[in-house]
Amino acid sequence: MRRRIVQTVADLWWALLTRLGLSHERWEALPRTTRRAAKAVGWVVLAIVLVVLFGGWKISALAIAAVVLLLTVPRYDRITVRGRRVGKLIVPVAAIGIVVAYPYYVNSMPQVPIFGPFPMLSTVVAMMIFSMMALGLNFVVGYAGLLDLGYVAFYAMGAYMAGWFASDQFSNQNLNLGGVGITPGSTGFHFSIWLVLIMAGIATAIVGVIIGLPTLRLRGDYLAIVTLGFGEILPQVARNGNALFGFNLTNGPEGITPIDGPGFGSWLHRHLGLPASYLTVGNYDAVFLWTSLVLLLLTVFCSMRLRDSRIGRAWIAIREDEVAAAAMGVPLMRTKTWAYATGAFFGGVAGAYYASYKSGAFPDDFFFQISVFILCMVILGGMGNIWGVIFGACFLAYLDREGLSNVGSWMNGHLGTNINVPLYEFGIYGVIIVVVMLFRPEGLIPSSRRAAELHEGVHDEPLYDLVHDQPLTDAAT
Amino acid sequence: MKGDDLLQTVGLRKEFGGLVAVDNVDFVVPEGSIVSLIGPNGAGKTTFFNMLTGVYKPTYGRVIFAGEDLTGKPPHAFTQRGIGRTFQNIRLFQNMTALENVLVGMHVRLKGNLFEAILRTRRVRQEETHARERGKELLEFSGLRRKNDVIGRNLSYGDQRRLEVARALATEPKLLLLDEPTAGMNPQETLEFTNFVGTLRNERGLTVLLIEHDMRVVMGISDRVTVLDYGERIAEGTPQEIQRNDRVIEAYLGSAAVSSS
Repeated sequence: MRRRIVQTVADLWWALLTRLGLSHERWEALPRTTRRAAKAVGWVVLAIVLVVLFGGWKISALAIAAVVLLLTVPRYDRITVRGRRVGKLIVPVAAIGIVVAYPYYVNSMPQVPIFGPFPMLSTVVAMMIFSMMALGLNFVVGYAGLLDLGYVAFYAMGAYMAGWFASDQFSNQNLNLGGVGITPGSTGFHFSIWLVLIMAGIATAIVGVIIGLPTLRLRGDYLAIVTLGFGEILPQVARNGNALFGFNLTNGPEGITPIDGPGFGSWLHRHLGLPASYLTVGNYDAVFLWTSLVLLLLTVFCSMRLRDSRIGRAWIAIREDEVAAAAMGVPLMRTKTWAYATGAFFGGVAGAYYASYKSGAFPDDFFFQISVFILCMVILGGMGNIWGVIFGACFLAYLDREGLSNVGSWMNGHLGTNINVPLYEFGIYGVIIVVVMLFRPEGLIPSSRRAAELHEGVHDEPLYDLVHDQPLTDAAT
Repeated sequence: MKGDDLLQTVGLRKEFGGLVAVDNVDFVVPEGSIVSLIGPNGAGKTTFFNMLTGVYKPTYGRVIFAGEDLTGKPPHAFTQRGIGRTFQNIRLFQNMTALENVLVGMHVRLKGNLFEAILRTRRVRQEETHARERGKELLEFSGLRRKNDVIGRNLSYGDQRRLEVARALATEPKLLLLDEPTAGMNPQETLEFTNFVGTLRNERGLTVLLIEHDMRVVMGISDRVTVLDYGERIAEGTPQEIQRNDRVIEAYLGSAAVSSS
């Protein structure tokens, strides 16, 4: 069906262009660069027309158009300096620069049709944090091919680590290790958030290993169900953890709040001009945005390095064919556990950072639906592809924060309806996922491998089990 | 040519529920030899292979490799000790390139861990460069020149079989197990492959154990042949002895063939 729709649209389009004197053959005869440029200009012009007609025009739209054309049309990847292909770095560096400068121009952006204004800074922070979590989950689901429905447990673990080591929670203790912005006279652990992030990552990775060791022996659906269970257990412990054997571990349903903000302390503030405490600076959200970007870039860096390493190859081999991977000497349990621990690490760091940003860890933030939400990001964007996963995460996090309510108010204003769109949030995600699965099962920006797999059809065979001795399909001989 | 026994099984037995797939098989592979395992379909050859590589745990019996009892160890331990294998129905990593397939095969011989991979230490960089070099050599050796970057699924059938062997060789085995390697090959390819197996033994000093249906291959290169039928070992000997063995002929061709021959 998908192909027929695409074909029909393409036929109509070329029929129109042929009328205007540009047949398909003449188009194909043009040089590639010209075609690239023409396509990019076409899309940009279309976007501007839409903004003028349905959005809110501002002169900055032209600046955006210029930047988009400048980044997409020239073939930067061909630029070399002394044989090194530095050109490949131009677009990523420019993209990072654009994000870094976002706080300075966000208010002069035009309005996008239907979706309304560009996302606020706090939304962008959430988008990046969710990108980190999605990339963490991508280690497990995208690389190693293990379906994990309990990823929220790691997010919760990270958040509570921040709660324990950067708040007044354990008030009979008193230890301050570089904590900033603390009310004088308060007790409890107050570690520097940077330290807490690392601690949270490590602690969560350890939890990942503990959860992983008994569960990763299971395959497919069974693994999914057990992870689902763990994803429910940890938040329940958090919810009821105000009297664990008479000990208040998690402060129960109220959660732990306030949690200290990040900061570099007065010494670094004086010498390097870094903010002493994020909570006291004027452009609060901007500083958080930049920090999130650094964390996200670190995650991307680790994702890329690991993907191209011995262990990354082993993960992909396990996803492709577990039996063959084992027979080629990949230790299944250990390799899967590493994937799980790595994923958990980034989930924990993101969770701790988010808790610090929100200044609280609340059990109601860790429902099962967050696991599904993060999984949707990975699936929507394209399992296994870093850029796809980031795109999926940003898009869904944006919809969650602003997008849906913006779309809702546009609908209610223009179509005369009266629908509270955000109320149907998960229904809408469901529809998005179904549509993506029907028309583009490999995700919006797929990894080349994954695309091939899904178009051929995934065959899941019953497999040996080292403990239980189940026969292979081809081993009945 | 004959040395000590590289691989030995003692009373190996495998049950699937009530089905006895392999029953009480004693078996040796002398170092430096080419041994064939033959038998009619369903005789238990592949199950036997799977026990030799740790994919299955035997119900009873032991697998002893180079003097070490490996019974009950996980598959990667078998690979690590030096048993490499191919699969009857090709099991490449279909969406990885030929070179990546071979690099996965080198997994147990490489050391780089997660942290070194993130930091990309000098040792890991050297190891990776070296592994890639060796991988390319192996592909060339196995007849896959200029196929380094071809995705597994896009290789021709014969090339996929070659890649399976290359991947097994990448594990640096002492003993190579080939499960019906010439299945689906034409006579020319079969001949080339037979010579290739001879090269592996003569030039690389590998010991080879193969399951094979093509009797020209079996009789042409094997030093010893073992015959399985209904999970039991019914004969063992040189190719000439096996060809004359009545029980073997009966198992393969039915009793009519015995009386006519």
